[in-house]
Amino acid sequence: MAELVSLREAVTELVKDGDTVAMEGFSHLIPHSAGHEVIRQERRHLTLVRLTPDLIFDQLIGMGVADKLVFSWGGNPGVGSLHRFRDAIENGWPTPLQIEEHSHAGLTNRFVAGASGLPFAILRAYAGTGLPERVTHIKSVKCPFTGETLAAVPAINPDVAIVHAQQADLRGNVHMWGITGVQKEAVLASSRSIVTVEEIVERIELRPGGVVLPAWSVTAVAHVPGGARPSYASGYYKRDNDFYSSWDTISRSREDFREWMEKNVLEVATP
Amino acid sequence: MSASGRSSAETLGYSSTEMMSIAAARELADGQVCFVGIGAPSTAANLARRTHAPGLVLIYESGCIGAKPTALPLSIGDGELADTADAVVTVPEIFNYWLQSGRIDVGFLGAAQIDRFANLNTTVIGPYEHPSVRLPGAGGAPEIAASCKEVVIMIKQSRRTFVDPLDFRTSIGFGDGPGSRERLGLRGRGPRMVITDLGILRPDPETCELTLTDLHPGVSVEAAREATGWELAVGPAPKVTPAPTDSELAHLRRLVSLRPEGNSK
Repeated sequence: MAELVSLREAVTELVKDGDTVAMEGFSHLIPHSAGHEVIRQERRHLTLVRLTPDLIFDQLIGMGVADKLVFSWGGNPGVGSLHRFRDAIENGWPTPLQIEEHSHAGLTNRFVAGASGLPFAILRAYAGTGLPERVTHIKSVKCPFTGETLAAVPAINPDVAIVHAQQADLRGNVHMWGITGVQKEAVLASSRSIVTVEEIVERIELRPGGVVLPAWSVTAVAHVPGGARPSYASGYYKRDNDFYSSWDTISRSREDFREWMEKNVLEVATP
Repeated sequence: MSASGRSSAETLGYSSTEMMSIAAARELADGQVCFVGIGAPSTAANLARRTHAPGLVLIYESGCIGAKPTALPLSIGDGELADTADAVVTVPEIFNYWLQSGRIDVGFLGAAQIDRFANLNTTVIGPYEHPSVRLPGAGGAPEIAASCKEVVIMIKQSRRTFVDPLDFRTSIGFGDGPGSRERLGLRGRGPRMVITDLGILRPDPETCELTLTDLHPGVSVEAAREATGWELAVGPAPKVTPAPTDSELAHLRRLVSLRPEGNSK
């Protein structure tokens, strides 16, 4: 049953050095505050997993939290490169970053298999691309019914999933709506989970297209209003596009990046 | 015309990027279902919806089906896309049920590099293990390129982008040439055309090699050749793309000016 805890407690208790940690959010509801708490608590040697690593992953990678990244698209959407992600891969700064890359379809289906309790997933993907040669986690399999060759990817079962949602009720049932990406699959595929929420409500009033994670499927819920900023939370606040653009400048040099992180993350009290 | 064979915006009254967007928008038919990449393809697809193709169905990989944004989104998951969509589905659903199953008419893609068989690279510049530039990676592109009934590609043409061989093959066009897609069991027909800032290339029906079939106004065959990193195949008599109409330009400029600068939901 989901426990209502502080973000600090949740990260202290549930995220350990060396863990595989999925922080999901497909351009919406991105768990920025939780990512910052992982940085403040100086976790190390994490394997980070996300379809679309963007600013928060750039920050985690630049602060030396991760040894490995499993991903399918790493960029600053609509703006350009992630400079810290690139510096880690191109120059090994601040620490070498091993990567395992997929297409969105491939990594999505790794989560689906993980959530389904299956060892692998089957999909039409990767044929004719350079990815199977480079990624050991992409194989092919013959359909036992038609003989057709299809791609196979292994389940991913992270130690912890961290996601952000709009609401939880007093019992810890979680409610999110709008673009919900692969968050449900990430939570169900992982051994433990932390959900930060905008609001604790007495009773959930289900929105059209709303996704509910029952309290018993979530480990911890933390009330963190604004926890997705500068990304957005539909119904609560808008995406701060200016910040996404300014990150391009802030993150370009190692020094400016460190200075920004110190002022805006390390010296900031946990919400 | 300038010495390079590319006309300047001052002479023509529009830029080569605007010509590219408008030429691409014209290729999307009303009522088609189009899987849209972010950036240039999204601009062109939204322009098409505002001009000749109001019934064009835009699909974004964030799960937005039938999005009708009033302003151009900065990311593929802007709130504007979700709020105006006919349906918002999860990411597993958009890739498995909608794309993989072959329901999408046109995949609309950009890339960092393209080769003569319209294969695309969005992964690395330089060797994979030690890239000189690490690009964002595959995203939805490999399966869009494989599974849509056909693919339209937009890319600015230069010796940096038109290369042979690619540094990495992220998404397949015609692979190694005739028969490649069939051997791989791909269901989609592959690239129909490549629209650049200089003209339009189409795959030769027999060799699958990209062939220059159209030139934008004021662009010479020589300029297109010079901007290609292999010996460019040129069709018998390249047509000249009709110049942008006033209405097309006005719609495009209004759309681009609405690009969210500050906070956008």
